[in-house]
Parts: sequence; structure tokens; C-alpha cells
Amino acid sequence: MRFLLESRKLILLAAGIYVVLKLLFNLGIVSEYIQQITIYVFIVVLAATGLNVIYGYTGQFSLGHAAFYGIGAYTSAYLVKTLGLDSVFALPATLLAGGIMAGLVACVIGIPILRLRDDFLGIATLGFGILVRVFFDNSDRISETLGGSRGFTGIAKLTSLETTFVVTVFLLIVTRNIISSRYGLFWRCIKDDETASASIGIDTTRMKLMAFSYGCFLAGVAGALYAHLYTFLHPSNFDFLKSIDFLIIVILGGMGNIAGTIWAGLIWVGFIEGLRIVLPSNILDLRWVFIPLLLIGLMMWRPYGLMSRKKGHG
Amino acid sequence: MEHASYIISQVINGLQLGAVYALIALGYTMVYGILRLINFAHGDIFMLGAFFAYFLISRFGMPIYLVFFATMAMCALAGYLMEKLAYKPLRNAPKISLLITAVGVSLFLEYFCSLKAVFTPDYIGFPRPFEVKTYDLSLGGIDFSFTNVQILIFAVTSFTLALLYLIIYRTKQGTAMRAVSHDQETAALMGINIDHTVSLTFMVGAALAGVGGILYGIAYPQINVFMGIMPGIKSFIAAVLGGIGIIHGAVVGGLIVGVSEVIVSAFLSSTYRDGVIFVILLIVLLVKPSGLFGKRIDKV
Amino acid sequence: MTAMLEVERLEKRFGGVRAVDGLSFHVDKGEALGIIGPNGAGKTTVFNLITRFYTPDSGRIRFMGRTITHFPPYRLARLGIARTFQNLRLFKDLTVLENITSAHLTGHSYSPLSGIFRTRKHLRIEREARENAMMLVDFLGLGGKEQTPAGSLPYGEQRRLEMARALAIRPKLLLIDEPGAGMNPREIKDLLTTLREVKERFDLTIVMIEHQMGLVMNVSDRILVMDFGEKIMEGTPSEVRKDRRVIEAYLGEEPV
Repeated sequence: MRFLLESRKLILLAAGIYVVLKLLFNLGIVSEYIQQITIYVFIVVLAATGLNVIYGYTGQFSLGHAAFYGIGAYTSAYLVKTLGLDSVFALPATLLAGGIMAGLVACVIGIPILRLRDDFLGIATLGFGILVRVFFDNSDRISETLGGSRGFTGIAKLTSLETTFVVTVFLLIVTRNIISSRYGLFWRCIKDDETASASIGIDTTRMKLMAFSYGCFLAGVAGALYAHLYTFLHPSNFDFLKSIDFLIIVILGGMGNIAGTIWAGLIWVGFIEGLRIVLPSNILDLRWVFIPLLLIGLMMWRPYGLMSRKKGHG
Repeated sequence: MEHASYIISQVINGLQLGAVYALIALGYTMVYGILRLINFAHGDIFMLGAFFAYFLISRFGMPIYLVFFATMAMCALAGYLMEKLAYKPLRNAPKISLLITAVGVSLFLEYFCSLKAVFTPDYIGFPRPFEVKTYDLSLGGIDFSFTNVQILIFAVTSFTLALLYLIIYRTKQGTAMRAVSHDQETAALMGINIDHTVSLTFMVGAALAGVGGILYGIAYPQINVFMGIMPGIKSFIAAVLGGIGIIHGAVVGGLIVGVSEVIVSAFLSSTYRDGVIFVILLIVLLVKPSGLFGKRIDKV
Repeated sequence: MTAMLEVERLEKRFGGVRAVDGLSFHVDKGEALGIIGPNGAGKTTVFNLITRFYTPDSGRIRFMGRTITHFPPYRLARLGIARTFQNLRLFKDLTVLENITSAHLTGHSYSPLSGIFRTRKHLRIEREARENAMMLVDFLGLGGKEQTPAGSLPYGEQRRLEMARALAIRPKLLLIDEPGAGMNPREIKDLLTTLREVKERFDLTIVMIEHQMGLVMNVSDRILVMDFGEKIMEGTPSEVRKDRRVIEAYLGEEPV
């Protein structure tokens, strides 16, 4: 199919990486824990790509991305548990369900919120994120399975290196193609100058909604993969700090730069995990003292991201 | 009749909470008015106020009225430093950079204070400077009660607001603040020192938040380094409700949010407590985004 | 015959100021209408009202017989109204080509799925957009700069790019806001030629706000003079030139 042909370099590269990783895993060179982390990197990259579409390309500042990641996770886990879909073949369907649920919620919430400007949109999405977190905390009132603040346990482990790779690479290609289509172009126009965009005929409301829904869809799929990897969900996994994680990756990688997001995801997760290994547990708390400082530093010296060509404040 | 007195008591509770929100909201609205910046870390100054007061009372045994002034001064200093170190360097940067920096400052403050070497990550009890006494009153056949804590909160808030209005409308610096929020360029051309005015705005806003922190600590005596997050968001939305940038809007918005939160919590369920604020935000956005006292502004 | 654009008793207030006060005028197909007036007369506000970036307080605007007073801005572009901006509103981070193709593509759609799977329809429309953009690039003298980010073009070329972008939506009516601003006499002369060619080639109706009398008088079939949000005079260039009220309104300005 033509669309795969265009991305053949990416697919080849991905295939190569997969082979290397699979070998490392099978030869028992890396521990179970590291294997999980490696798969987690791809999940995070997928979710961060979603935020990149929303913020990096379309310029909509969302501080609640983790909420949609969580919606996808809980949706997929719930469906699998209650419908008893324990096999890997059910995964595509439940991933889709998780993504669509996230995308739908995004659509509904987006209609009122997206008319807000940057800073206000940030607060609104932050508020929404908190709302969702509170919802998860009280989810046991809706259904015991969801676990509420005790967490959702016993989720079927369906995510593997293969599934993650296939899903992530596929969705990255899809994203790349949308970005280079008229829709991606409109998104970039909107980010650049919304008024001018409207004056040339772009339905900015609809386009912003589309970017937001699609980006949240990606987050939802990523969340679903996450649920079936760690088999346990807790509301605190989907809080504001997680949204900040995604934001940092998008900024580090250079906003509006898909390849950059991949590198940044790798570096960031690696960095966090590296800290966990290196630092004794009492100093570990210092992580979240230094990460914000890093964020502030980034804003002052390289606001367009480490991978971007632009320096300073344009 | 019982129902009525329950409602009135809850409204009073709501006003108590709302007064604190109003104090915090003022800081948001003033900073936004002058710099068009949402100072994300403002809620954490509220937290600092509570902790400063905690230390002053429990470690130094300072009398309560001194505590107010000392805390206000320390918070003002915190606000000043925040602006000078984190926001001023980015004065000409895109809005988003400022917002992200503000997020960074907020997180930094919270986690820095959570280190055992600094404050503590746990909840600690705020020392009540006096015994809580309840007074019963009967008006028009309806009984309700209120506490001396509430009297203190209303008194201090009113006094602080009066002081604020004096500063803003009767002093040269206050006029400068209003001028700069209207039109920074012209104000500068008129000889107003923008940097000083901005610093002053931050300091006043921070002092107000500090007062809010003390009052909150007295009213709900469990404090924690993350206590500024929710009140911060709620107060910001209160400022939006009243019309961002508008002083009396922040006060009215704060009171409305406080009362709504308590009423919903009392009559529906406390689980929906935090959800109320989001519903309020949505309503404001859908009905009148410029807020209760705001004017409709066209783009372009 | 219905005029292309009809503005009836348009009013817009900002606070206490009447930016536009009971303004009525029309533009016929194929005409070039110039709008002149001292600064603050409300000229750009009129444009903003027609293109719906402001909402009129009262009055009616009709385009080709259709009442468009409350249409959303993007819809007007789809109907065939294009505009340029007084202070330039290019997509600075997009290339010259992308600035133009984006405008073209608003009128030619394919579904997102089509874009994802690179269907024939998608490829065809993208190709046409590029071809059309190249044609406009050549026509407006921007050759060789297709991949340059719009923000790094010199001022004169930026103005021409904005014109190219506006033309890419295949407008029937083009609203031009002070095209001659910041130009030297030689550039103005080039602009004059360009405007005439554009109007001819694309069969346009033009409304132009401009301060440079040399430009306005030579391009317009009719001129509308505004002051304090009202129409103070309307007529041919030679009539306007001689009118006492106009001369007074410009107080001290040399009539051309």
C-alpha cells in the first residue's frame, strides 16, 4: 500500500530495532524489569506524540494529557476484565476502544474549552485532569472492578514488545501522514496565526477539535497498552505530574518534530529510570525538585526544545 | 425552620472559605491584569504563608497580630523573588514559556518544601492561637451559629480588602499599577517605572495570599506543602468568574466559589466538591467568558 | 443587477466611540473601490466588520445578494471574499509555498483517511495545490523563494506573498488594506502595475484602503471618503480630488 511505501525507511529502521531488542530479550541479557521499561518507552513516545499534535503542531497548551492516557487505560482494562477477553487477539479492539473513548471525551470537553487562549486553556485542561483523577479515585462507586483509590488490579497482560511495536510504528506513520496532509498544514497555520487562518477559509474550531481529539486518541491507545503491560492501574499514575512528563518530552524533543519526540522519550525515560537506579531512595525525592528546575532552565535557554534548530525567543 | 438554619450555617461556612479564595484570587487577578500572566505558583505562596505562620507561632511563639504582618512581609519577599528570578528574564518571551516556567516554579516550591530538610511532606497541625467559641444567634425566627474563627476571617479579610483599595485607588503606586494594567507602553512613556510597578503588584498579591494562608490554617488546621494546588486552581477560576483583571470581580468570584463548594458538599456529596469548580468554569466559558464584571472584547 | 457587495447602515461601537456610524455603500462587479480617510476614520474597522472579525452592532452586509452579516469568518473565504492585512499576517514559520497552498487547500478537500492512506485523490489535490501555488509565485515575482520561511522574506516580498495567499482562495472580492504602506515610490509604481494585472487576470472586484493618493487615484474607479466612521463623500477620483469636504478632512494635506 502506498502509504506504507512512503514510510519504508521508518519501517525498516523500526524492524531493525525490533530485531535487536528481541535478541537482547531472548538471550536474557536484560532483566525483566528493563524489558518492561523498554516497552514503556514506546508507550510514552506514543502518548507524547499525541501531545505533540495538540501542542507542538496546533499550539494548544494542554496540561491534562495524562487524563486521556488514563481514560484509555481504564477503558481497555475494564472491557477486557468484564468481557473476559483474555487473548492477545482482543487487544486491537480494546486498544481502539480505549483510544476512541479518550478521543470522544476530548471531543466533548474540547467544544467549550478549545475556544480559550493559551494560558486559560492550560488551566482548564489542568482542571479537567484533576476532575478525571478524582473520578478515578471514586471509580469504585461505579463499579467495584475499577478499584477506586485502591487501584485496578488483575488486568490481563496482553502487551508485548511485538504488539507495542506494531501499534506504535503504525500510529506514528499515520500521524506523520496526517501532519503532511492538508490537516497538518492547517494545524500549523492555526498555531502560527489563528486569525489569518480563518481569513483564508480554515474552520479553526473544527481543526482544533480534530487535533485535540486525535492527540487524545493517541494518548488513550498508549494508556491501554500501559494497562496491559503493568496489569495494575492506580489513579496517581494519571495525575498532573504525568501530564508534565509528557509536556517535558514534547518540549525536549522540539515541538512539532515527530522524530524528536522519539529521542526525547527515550532520553527522558532513561534519565528517570537511571536516577532511580543511581540515587539511594532518600535522595530520590530530589528528582521532582530538579526536574522543575530543568524545565525552567529549558524555558530560559532553549524554549523550542533541544532538538530544534531555533534558539532563544524568535 | 431547621432547614433554613442549616442552609444559613452552610452559607456562612461557604463565605468563610470564599473569603480565603477571594484573597488568593486577588493576587491572580492583579498579576494577570499587569502582565497577562497566570502565576501558576501563586497558590504555593498561599502555602508558604501558612507554613511561615506555623513556624512563627509554634517555634517563636509570636503573638497572632505580629504573625500576620511578619508573614505578609515574608510572602511579599517570596513574591518579589519569584518575579525577579523566574519571570522577569522571560518578560519578552512567548506566553507559553512563562506559563511553563510558572508551572516549574510551582512544582519546585512544592517539592522543595516537601523535603524533610526543609519543611515536611506530611500533614502537620496548625496551632490555633485561641480557643474556638461558637455563638448562637436568632434572626427572624431562624437560629444559626457562627464561630469566632469566622469572625476573625471576615474581619481580617475586610480589613485587608480596605487596605488594598486604599493602596490601589489612593496612592501613587496604586495608580501606577492600574495604569500599567491598562496600557503598559503608555504608562512607560508617562514615566512610570514598569519594573517597580510589576514588583509591587507581585508583592501585594503575595502578601494577600499569605494572609489567606494564615486564615486557612486557623480555620482548617491541617496544613501540607501541597495545600496550595486545589485552592490555587479554584481561586484562579474564581478570578475568571468575576472577570480576570478586575479587583472586585476576584472578591465576588471567590465568595461565590466558596459558597458553591460548601453548599454542593453539604447537600450533594463531598466527593463532588472538587468537581463543582470545573462545572463553574465550564458555565463561565460557555455563557460569559469575560466574567461577571468583564466587558465583551472583540478580537483583532 | 445586484451589486457584488452591499453594506447597509453599518454600525460598530467600541465603548463610547462610534468607530463606524451608519455607513452604507456598495461595490459593483468588476469595480475597484478605494476607501480613503484620515487615520482613525474607521476604514480598517469596516474591513474587519465585512470579514466578520468584528460583529456589527447593527446594519447589514450582503455579498452577491446573500446576507453575510453573521457568518463566521472562515465561511466568507469559502464564498469568495479574501483580504490582506494592514500589518501583515503571514504564517511566519511556514514556507512561501505552504502559505499559498494552505489557502488553496481550504477550497479543495479530501478526507483525513484519504490523507493517511495517500489515495489518488489526495495526491491529485496536493499536486494541483502546488501547481497553483507555483503559478502565483511566478506571477507575483517570488520565484526561487518557495522553500523560504515567510518570516525571513524582505518586507516587499512579504506583502506580495500575502497577496498571493489571498489570491489562492480564488476570490471574487478582494479587500486590500493599505498595500502601499512602507513602500518607496518605485515600489508603489510596481504595486500599481501588479494590482492592475491581478485585477485583470483574476477578474476581481477590489476594495482598497490606502493613504497613498497616487496609488488610490490611479487604481480606483470610485472612491469612498470616510471620517469619524461616516461616509463624507463618494465619487470618481476627479470628483473626490476637488471636493471641499475631503480637502478639509485632510486638513493640510496636499490634494493630489
